[in-house]
Amino acid sequence: MGSSGYEPKNKAVKWFEDQLPILGLIHGTLGAGYKAPRNLNYWWNFGSLAGFMLVVQIITGIILVMHYTPHVDMAFRAVEHIMRDVNYGWLLRYTHSNGASMFFVIVYIHILRGMYFGSYKSPREVLWFLGLVIYLLMMATGFMGYVLPWGQMSFWGATVITNLFGAFDFYDGMGESILHLLWGGFSVDNPTLQRFFSLHYLLPFVIVGVVILHIWALHLPGSNNPLGIDAKGPGDKIPFHPYYVAKDAFGLSFFIVIFAVFIFYLPNIMGHPDNYIEANPMVTPSHIVPEWYYLPFYTILKAVPDKLLGVVAMFGSILIFFVLPWLDGSKIRSAKFRPTTAFFFWLFLANTIFLGYLGTKLPDEIMINMGGGIDALTLGRISSVFYFAYFIVIVPMVSRFETTKPVPTSIAQAVLDAKKGA
Amino acid sequence: MTTNDQVEHEEEVTRRNFLYVASGVVGAVGVTSTVWPLVDQMNPSADVLALASVEVDLSSIPAGQTIKILWRGKPVFIRHRTADEIATAVADNTSDLKDPENDQLRAERPEWLIMVGVCTHLGCVPLDQRGDFNGWFCPCHGSHYDISGRIRKGPAPRNLEVPKYAFLNDTTVSIG
Repeated sequence: MGSSGYEPKNKAVKWFEDQLPILGLIHGTLGAGYKAPRNLNYWWNFGSLAGFMLVVQIITGIILVMHYTPHVDMAFRAVEHIMRDVNYGWLLRYTHSNGASMFFVIVYIHILRGMYFGSYKSPREVLWFLGLVIYLLMMATGFMGYVLPWGQMSFWGATVITNLFGAFDFYDGMGESILHLLWGGFSVDNPTLQRFFSLHYLLPFVIVGVVILHIWALHLPGSNNPLGIDAKGPGDKIPFHPYYVAKDAFGLSFFIVIFAVFIFYLPNIMGHPDNYIEANPMVTPSHIVPEWYYLPFYTILKAVPDKLLGVVAMFGSILIFFVLPWLDGSKIRSAKFRPTTAFFFWLFLANTIFLGYLGTKLPDEIMINMGGGIDALTLGRISSVFYFAYFIVIVPMVSRFETTKPVPTSIAQAVLDAKKGA
Repeated sequence: MTTNDQVEHEEEVTRRNFLYVASGVVGAVGVTSTVWPLVDQMNPSADVLALASVEVDLSSIPAGQTIKILWRGKPVFIRHRTADEIATAVADNTSDLKDPENDQLRAERPEWLIMVGVCTHLGCVPLDQRGDFNGWFCPCHGSHYDISGRIRKGPAPRNLEVPKYAFLNDTTVSIG
C-alpha cells in the first residue's frame, strides 16, 4: 500500500489529495502504481474473487437483515417470508446462501494456490497468517449464519458445534460453565440465536479489516508468482492496472456465470433438506451433517475415539497451517521445481477431498466390500493419519531432501525461454 | 548539599513508584470490573434460570415405555422399567463400564429411570430401545447406552446425566 507516483492533474483533486492521500493509496494498491510480476496465471485471480464475494455477502446480508427477525418463534417464518413474500427475497437469500459456498470454494483454491507455489514462505509468513485468520473468521461467520434460519440442521449443527467447547472439561463443571456461557441458557435457545445473529453481522466487517491488513502485508514484498522467484528488474513486472485489472475482470465474469448457475438452477444443492423443517429440540435428525466446507475437519473429529482429543485434533488440523512456513525447509518456493513436493501436494488434496466425502457418511457405513468390509470410520482414521503425516513428516522431509529442478534466473528470462520453446 | 539532593531524589523515585503501581492496580481493578458485566451478560439470565423445575404425572406411563418431556430446553427421558430391565441393569453393575456407576444410584426407585436425554458426546438426542445394549443409541456419532443410561460403546465420555428430582407422591415427580 504505497502512493507511488500518483500525480493528480485536476487542481481540485490535487487539493483533496494533498490533505487526504487516499486516491494515491488506491492507485498504489489496486491501480497502475502497483507493479505485479508479469507471469501471474489464472490461479492468481482468486484473491480478487474472494474480495468480490465478501462484498456480495455483505450487501445481500445487510438487505436480508431488513426482513429477518432473530427470535426462535419468528426466525424460521421470517426466512420463509423472505422466500415467498419479499420482492426478489428468494434471489437475495439464494445469492447469500450459495454465496457462502462460493466464497469458501474460492478461498480454498486461493489457499491451495499459496501452498502449491510456496506463497507462505519467507518473506510472506505474516501475509499467510493473516489469510488464515480470515479463513478462521469465515468459518465462525459461516457457522453462525447457518444457524439463523432456525431449521433442524441449524439447531442441531449449533448443538454439536457448541458442545465441542464442552470438551475442555479440566475441572468438574468447567465444560458445563463454558457451554452455559456460550448458550446463555441450558441448551441452544433464543439467547444463543440472538448472540449468533449479532456476531454474524459483526464478523464480516472484522474480515474486511483483516483483508486490508492482508493486502498491506502483500504489497510490501509484492505478489508471489508461478515460478516462486523474486521479481527483480522492471522487466519482471507490469502495472496492476490495466493488465491485472483486465485479467481479474475476465475471470470474474467467468465466475459469475458459474455462480448464477447455482443461484438459478441448483439453489439448494449445497443445503440440506432437513433445514426446511423448523428446529425441534426434542428430535435429532437421523443424520447430522455440517456444511460441506467443514466436512474434512468433521471426519477428523469423528475419527478420534476420545472427545477432548477429537476436538484438539479437529482444531489442530486447521491450526497446523500456521507452522507450515517452518515445516517446509526448501529454499525454492514453487512446486514447479519440486516434483516430489508437487506429487504429495496432489495426494494431500485428494486425501482432504476424501475426508470431506467420508464426513457425509455414518461411521458404521461399509465403504469397501472386502473381507469383513471396511467401514467409514476406519477409512476416516487412515485418512486423518495421512492428513497429519503430510504436515509432520512428508513436508519437512521432502522439502529438505528432494532433488529439485533448475530454477530460472529471472521471470523475464523464463518468459523469453518459454517463447523460444514455442 | 549533594547528599541532601540524593536523599530527595531517592524519595521522589519511591513515591513515583508507589503512584505508578497504585494507579496500575486501580486501573486493572477498574478494567476488570468493567469487562465482567460484558462477559457475564452471556450467562443464563434470570428468566431462564427461573424455569428451573417441572412436575410430571407418572400414572399414565405403562411398564416398558419411555416418555420425553422438555426441561430447561432439553429433553428428559422418563422410563418405566420392567423387572427384567432392572435385573439386567443391576447385573451390568459389574461389567466393563467406561463411566462406572451402580444402577441403584442412578434410579432412586428402580422402576423409574429419569435422565437428561442429551448424548454426553456432542448433545444429540439418543433414540430409545436401540443399540447393542437395548438402551439408547445416539445416531449422530454412534454412542450406545445401556438400560441404565450408562455409556457402553462409542465416543461419548460419560453416562446420560441424571437430573435432580424428587417424588412428591407415588405418581408425581418434580424435576429440577
